[in-house]
Amino acid sequence: MPKRTDIKKILIIGSGPIIIGQACEFDYSGSQACKALRQEGYEVILVNSNPATIMTDPDMADRTYIEPITPEVVEKIIARERPDVMLPTLGGQTGLNTAAELHRRGVLAKYGVELIGAKFEAIEKAEDRELFKAAMQNIGLEVCRSRHVGSVEAAIEFAQEIGYPVIVRPSYTLGGTGGGVAYNVEELREIASNGLDHSPIRQILVEESVIGWKEYELEVMRDKADNVVIICSIENFDPMGIHTGDSITVAPAQTLTDREYQMMRDAAIRVIREIGVETGGSNIQFAINPENGRMVVVEMNPRVSRSSALASKATGFPIAKIAAKLAVGYTLDELPNDITKKTPACFEPTIDYCVVKIPRWDFVKFPGADRTLTTQMKSVGEVMAIGRTFKEALQKAIRSLEQDRYGLGSDGKDEDAKSLRELRGAIEAKIKVPDPDRIFYLRYAFQAGMDIDEIYACTKIDKWFLYNIKQIVEFEEKLKKNPLEPAILREAKRYGFSDRQIAYLAGTDELSVRRRRLAHGIQAVFKLVDTCAGEFEAFTPYFYSTYEAEDETRPSRRKKVMILGGGPNRIGQGIEFDYCCVQAAFALKEEGYEVIMVNCNPETVSTDYDTSDKLYFEPLTLEDVLNICDREQPDGVILQFGGQTPLKLALALEREGIKILGTSPASINRAEDREEFAELLRKLNLKQPPNGTSRSVEEARRVARSIGYPVLVRPSYVLGGRAMEVVYDEESLASYMETAAAASYGHPVLIDKFLEAATEVDVDAISDGQNAVIGGVMEHIEYAGIHSGDSACSLPPFSLPKECVEEIKRQTLLLAKELGVVGLINIQFAVKGDDIYILEVNPRASRTIPFVSKATGVPLAKLAAKVMLGKTLPELGLTRERVPGYVSVKEVVLPFIKFPGVDIILGPEMRSTGEVMGIDRNFGMAFAKSQIAAGTPLPTRGTVLLTVADKDKGSLVPIARGLSQLGFELMATDGTSRLLQANGIPVRKVYKIGEGRPNIVDHIKNGDIDLIINTPIGKGPKYDEYQLRRQAIIHDVPVITTIQGAMAALEGLRVLMKQGIEVRSIQEYHREVR
Amino acid sequence: MKALLVLEDGFTLEGEAFCGRGEVFGEVVFNTSLTGYQEIITDPSYKGQIVTLTYPLIGNYGINFDDSESERLQAEALIIREYSPFPHNWRATTTLKEFLESHNTMGIEGIDTRALTRHIREAGAMKGVISTEDLDPLSLVQKARAHPGLVGRDMVQYVTCKESYVWNERLERAQDGGCGGEYDDDGYGAGRFHGAVSTGSRNDDGGEGRRHHKRQYKVVAMDFGIKRNILKMLERAGCHITVVPAYTRAEEILALDPDGIFLSNGPGDPAGLPTIIGEVRKLLGKRPIFGICLGHQLLGLALGFKTYKLKFGHHGGNHPVKNLITGKVEITAQNHGFCVDLSERVTGTPGGVPAPAFNDLKVTHINLNDNTLEGMEVPSLRLLSVQYHPEASPGPHDSWYLFESFTRMMDDFAGERDMKRLSQNRNQDQDMEEKGAKSASSKAGVEV
Repeated sequence: MPKRTDIKKILIIGSGPIIIGQACEFDYSGSQACKALRQEGYEVILVNSNPATIMTDPDMADRTYIEPITPEVVEKIIARERPDVMLPTLGGQTGLNTAAELHRRGVLAKYGVELIGAKFEAIEKAEDRELFKAAMQNIGLEVCRSRHVGSVEAAIEFAQEIGYPVIVRPSYTLGGTGGGVAYNVEELREIASNGLDHSPIRQILVEESVIGWKEYELEVMRDKADNVVIICSIENFDPMGIHTGDSITVAPAQTLTDREYQMMRDAAIRVIREIGVETGGSNIQFAINPENGRMVVVEMNPRVSRSSALASKATGFPIAKIAAKLAVGYTLDELPNDITKKTPACFEPTIDYCVVKIPRWDFVKFPGADRTLTTQMKSVGEVMAIGRTFKEALQKAIRSLEQDRYGLGSDGKDEDAKSLRELRGAIEAKIKVPDPDRIFYLRYAFQAGMDIDEIYACTKIDKWFLYNIKQIVEFEEKLKKNPLEPAILREAKRYGFSDRQIAYLAGTDELSVRRRRLAHGIQAVFKLVDTCAGEFEAFTPYFYSTYEAEDETRPSRRKKVMILGGGPNRIGQGIEFDYCCVQAAFALKEEGYEVIMVNCNPETVSTDYDTSDKLYFEPLTLEDVLNICDREQPDGVILQFGGQTPLKLALALEREGIKILGTSPASINRAEDREEFAELLRKLNLKQPPNGTSRSVEEARRVARSIGYPVLVRPSYVLGGRAMEVVYDEESLASYMETAAAASYGHPVLIDKFLEAATEVDVDAISDGQNAVIGGVMEHIEYAGIHSGDSACSLPPFSLPKECVEEIKRQTLLLAKELGVVGLINIQFAVKGDDIYILEVNPRASRTIPFVSKATGVPLAKLAAKVMLGKTLPELGLTRERVPGYVSVKEVVLPFIKFPGVDIILGPEMRSTGEVMGIDRNFGMAFAKSQIAAGTPLPTRGTVLLTVADKDKGSLVPIARGLSQLGFELMATDGTSRLLQANGIPVRKVYKIGEGRPNIVDHIKNGDIDLIINTPIGKGPKYDEYQLRRQAIIHDVPVITTIQGAMAALEGLRVLMKQGIEVRSIQEYHREVR
Repeated sequence: MKALLVLEDGFTLEGEAFCGRGEVFGEVVFNTSLTGYQEIITDPSYKGQIVTLTYPLIGNYGINFDDSESERLQAEALIIREYSPFPHNWRATTTLKEFLESHNTMGIEGIDTRALTRHIREAGAMKGVISTEDLDPLSLVQKARAHPGLVGRDMVQYVTCKESYVWNERLERAQDGGCGGEYDDDGYGAGRFHGAVSTGSRNDDGGEGRRHHKRQYKVVAMDFGIKRNILKMLERAGCHITVVPAYTRAEEILALDPDGIFLSNGPGDPAGLPTIIGEVRKLLGKRPIFGICLGHQLLGLALGFKTYKLKFGHHGGNHPVKNLITGKVEITAQNHGFCVDLSERVTGTPGGVPAPAFNDLKVTHINLNDNTLEGMEVPSLRLLSVQYHPEASPGPHDSWYLFESFTRMMDDFAGERDMKRLSQNRNQDQDMEEKGAKSASSKAGVEV
């Protein structure tokens, strides 16, 4: 069955902003789909609100709508574009939900749009628990006993029937938001009530617990001719009870016999047929009782998923690409296997290595959040590592995480082994209640003398895995005795020990270990990921390192450049950097270079073997990068695009004789080093807030006193405002200094004068060393002091005077030239009155590069990569800034809903996981769109609750008046309401918590309030307003926590209420830019 | 203990023997299945071969009572990357190492099995030796070359049963020492492991058209090294099976008056079995015949075609095979080093029996990886055979339907035979009426 010729135009829905549970894996799947479908000659229309994605690059689709992904907006796009079909299975849960809703509303029928991949009925059957259960029973498969309930009482009743613990899952939510495990009736009451609140249909599923059962996933593909293949099996290291996104997982399944595996395979095939996913990939989860093998089907995703991305990277089989082709009518046997070229895609990959995925959590960003891992996903990213053994892959994965751990312990960051024996009780408790450190505590448990059975009893982690951990622990003892003996060294490398670990055990440094092992011929070899375990010749150079007899690399004689990627997604370093790396790869290819990509994040487009000429799926540590350099001998390495991860390696790589392309490490250091930087600004006669550095509490006090409070304190060399705080007095300063040492790793702490009520401006520019051109100037909506990564911003600036903007540009270009920037530079300014201060200079790709590129149509990352190869900007045709006549607003998305107990106010520490872009003719509408896209749409009628800090009261009056004029009812607490009444604005007074009932929280719970404007007096649970904000999050009431945000919202509402939303593709916008 | 693996072309790798010692010879082949090492090493088709498993972590789930494909360990030796001495699985009863030891079989680990696989892929399957005694590669190359190898040799003699027997799975299990629970491995019972459910009550609800058969088919299975799961699948398809030794004469088989004849899998080169080919030729057309793997190759030879050796064979559980009748693709288990070549028929008379005449051979299955022949059918001879392993074990269950095809073929045959009998009886009646009573008790239906 060849491809369909009755369709011409295909609409693809992306997954929107990066949130916990839905990350850049959908950029990977969506990009693959766009590419695959355009290759087939279809016209591809894409909608995605996330500007940081590669898929929204104007070259990826015929028309790209960076618009909110809501049924209303997508309907407008459908009306405008009239696509023949819509492919909803590649945009995560967002894509699927939007498609389902469009079907329910009759939009698809109205415009004659057919769903391909999965029909509405299949989506519903897989997503609706009751239907799914019935379907499974229909084919003789077991599911956990469960019941849907709409009330806490009904939940308790059913729990009594099946016994505790029970699992609570809210219907129709992402990543298990609002769910949990209840071990008793009290917990159930709380979790059920929370779950009901989270479910858009106020329904939860109460389910028999299979906690501790073995957990598996199968990635299944099916075509129109009903051919079904399994791409990959995944076994969870962490058994049932922890969300699979928060579990360490391993591919392929390790502890199943063929009989058991085939039984699961048979079941998976029956599931996909019964659910009726016509074409494409699905993910099916199973639980197996380790005592007797009883198997239940846990759930099914009728779409590509996070696990599909992992499975694609783990096997080399491009699930999303093939899924897209199957959706347009191809059958699996008609498509070639990319990797072998000669064999068809209709087969089941087999692998000859072990793959380990470990999630990356960022709890340090959310003090107060519960670190326990449960059925609700909390991780923000993940890494994958490939090794020939589980032990090797596990240790590689741990060092890939970039949390300053270089393997499973013995890297100088451990608890002291001697005291461990005494701490046995504490260790037992730690492994019983899983949190991100559990893997290290398993090691301690062995060291403390626990045996496999005891640890199994605490964790239910399969004994096979525990045995492997034990082997690592035991080998460590052997290694400790004789770390540099060649035979032992070699074995250590085969166990996945890093040079850093060995160096620690040997009391020497990483590079000495490296030199010693190279002297003894112990060097990494690289093997191919080829889908077929070596049975056929493979043509796709996708490599991983190991210590074996044979190396399979084929270094070419071409000119080649290595790009170091960004590693795992985390807050502060996410998809934006992957976008830059991928753009750089495209640019280098255009210039005729061979591109070698190094990265360890399986969710990304950069780790698609199609992106570069060669892919090394490796940790981004000095050791691993040098190993690749040894083999490939690249002409240069690009570090600028991967965020802080590769930059940290700059000096060390240069010292080892690796050529760093672009801005020199010395220049980078000049911008990072406080003293050199101050000198630089003095030389250029530019201003920065008064500042100093300090390594001790005393020094810090002295500095702060001399520049005056409040001060902004932070460690040097960190990204994403890690541990950054505004400090108002000496006491807080001292306590900060004590905790900051940990985040700073020996670098000094930076202390800046904090500029209050200053406007922050972000500028991206590009330079070839001679010429510099502004990429874009972004005015932040929130004042300086809120991390730039958490601020909304507008391009072009919406309120700054023209002269001020011009001056900022002048200073930017001056700095770019002075620093000898070759590539990109990002500068953050603060404008206070007529004064312009420079807050920070980053001579590298910034988080805003993709946003600026989408806003202006100038592919900055691509141009920067070419500049690094020696092209000049005039040669590349970029001689002046392109300022669009429309407005683009970037808004951020915050993960507070996942972290009960964490206050939601913004500060200098970045906490957002993703971003969206609103684009329109004027600021108001662009802002309004950005709010809709971010999932916190501004209400156009109803009641607004106002409660602001005293300092903001003056600014509140015009906002309140504006809202009142737009027809909103206003509610305010005592002080604020008196102020408004005094200004003649009608307002209803409400009680604060503790003043009487009903109070503000009651009103929120009762649904009386549609929008809250609350600027905080303080942060954290000691304040009443914390309760207010928490309740607002739970009840999905939008909260604006800054006055500037409120002003922008008012402007947005004015436009939004006057005119409806219109949609336009960025290709059309870009055509306007001169 | 240090062990050297040396191939006849001099390719050498060093590893550690995790069990056994000494010197072992065989053809070195690789299997790409991710699971199923127990089934693989007990599969009689691996007689004469040293098996490399491409999946590096082996031994993880131990060894259990149920999953062996014969009562012996058949592979000459096992080559892996890492042995796991600590298995964990609720069915495991012993470790792989103990199992290998109890059968005096050597296992070596620490080998760069991927390098070995790539070498075999490029240079072809070849003879090799593993030694823990002689660690001189040059001497070992000489020894490997001197080893007779598989081509042209009769390996079946080492694995076929000595006497014929009636297959009874329950009995078989009891003899094995049995396992407490009854394992419902049809995959369609929602994966339950039943505590005490008898074989008879299996939940064969027929996902792929498998139904409970009232009818018992009398099947004679020629044992060239038959895998247990084939017998189990036949039994489940409603067959009552008499297993006969490989060298049983056609006349003896036909004397058992079976409804159908099954030709099993087995080791080695089919061309090294001229006597058997002659007997098979005599069976063609007499009864419905179903052949798997070596059985398929023998049918090919009996039909007058040739076989050839594949460069490195097909050994794994992920080969796509297209069913040319339905157009669907099956993911199949494969284990063969030789292949039937349909391009020309030769007119030799192995065993002194001429090849039968037919003109309706259909290629029913082909391998999508290399387009080699995977299945054929000769309706006029009621012959059906596949090169791959529909019984899986290890491998996917996509092709279980073939056992159904076999029983259908037997149904048709029986139906026709009944019709023939009927009409013969009618003729006889007429004869009797016309010519008076005369004995006409000749067995009908032998010639078709």
